[in-house]
Amino acid sequence: MKKSRETFMNWLMSGSDPLEEEMIETLSDEEAADEHKDEHQNPKKERISIKEFLHAKGLYHPARIICSVGLCLVLIVLLMGSVMDMPYFGQADTLISSEVSEFYVEHTLEHTGATNIITGIILNFRGFDTLGESHVLFIAVCSVIILLKMTPREEDALLHMQDYDEIIKDQGEDLILSSLSRFLFPLICMFGVYIILNGNISPGGGFSGGAVIGAGLILYLSAYGYKRIRRFFTFNTFKTVSCLALLCYTASKTFHFVTGANEIHVPIPLGTPGTIFSGGLLLPLNIFVGLVVACTMYALFTLFRKGDF
Amino acid sequence: MEELNVLLLLFILICAVSVSLTKNLLSAVIIFMAQSLAMSVVWILLESPDLGVTEAAVGAGVTSLLMFAALKKIHRMRDEKHEKE
Repeated sequence: MKKSRETFMNWLMSGSDPLEEEMIETLSDEEAADEHKDEHQNPKKERISIKEFLHAKGLYHPARIICSVGLCLVLIVLLMGSVMDMPYFGQADTLISSEVSEFYVEHTLEHTGATNIITGIILNFRGFDTLGESHVLFIAVCSVIILLKMTPREEDALLHMQDYDEIIKDQGEDLILSSLSRFLFPLICMFGVYIILNGNISPGGGFSGGAVIGAGLILYLSAYGYKRIRRFFTFNTFKTVSCLALLCYTASKTFHFVTGANEIHVPIPLGTPGTIFSGGLLLPLNIFVGLVVACTMYALFTLFRKGDF
Repeated sequence: MEELNVLLLLFILICAVSVSLTKNLLSAVIIFMAQSLAMSVVWILLESPDLGVTEAAVGAGVTSLLMFAALKKIHRMRDEKHEKE
């Protein structure tokens, strides 16, 4: 494990090919372990061709090579053929044969009450897909938490190291960043909230607005440091907000399960098209998606940065 | 408008090629960021402003920030390794 990490770092930093080293290792199996270590530090050794390497590994066989080349050719032909079959870029009559798009364009307003057809489709006709997408995001954060989040013991150990102090110290010191974000942070957040709330009227919606707010939170973190953002955003906030939003989303989409796909009329009145309170469930759904996405973006960044909130 | 489109698409192509050719990881991330930004302008020119906003926030913003954070971690790991030697 450690060795593989080392070779990876070697490759990343110096650009020497790990496969090349493996080639050398394979050909010089009999050498003693100590000598081997010395070799490791100066990887400038004689180069061997791939053919020789394959010979040494016992992988070189004419039939194998012919098969792999043939497979590559078949794949290339198939993929290029399907690309040639695709409609041309920007062609006007591309989707004229599809009834689905026509149905959406004509009936979305009447069925969902949203003047922004895209949000109507995403959150109403295909609300189930969006439900799955939000869960995928949440699961991604969960796996990052499992991989990177520090346990309390590790955190204690880190607290005694100087390194940790430096991490804390190097934030909140940058004059340009902090004075710029004094104006930019409110503006960015307001823009994000605007996009989310107007998702059923104008372009945008939960995902874009949430991403904007998440980026704003990251800016705040880099400008003012962990101490100040912990006043309103901790791990508990993340847990509560994203879990509650996902639960509410699932609960409000349950009518899909109950009524089936054919009958998607919402019990909430649709309202006048073009106002914020139109589209029935679309506004709360947008807010839930936005909350999940904003929390996810911020959590991903801070977990990568420090392994904690 | 047509010329701007062609220019932006050319810029995206050049960026995409140079990301894979750059040896320095930091500049690769920055080039990737620029490519995302040009892509978001292309989305707006193709009349899908919602995608443009998302691309600017996710592609140019959050993704490259994540890569920067990962790069910082990698450099710290390398420093530790150098200290050991």
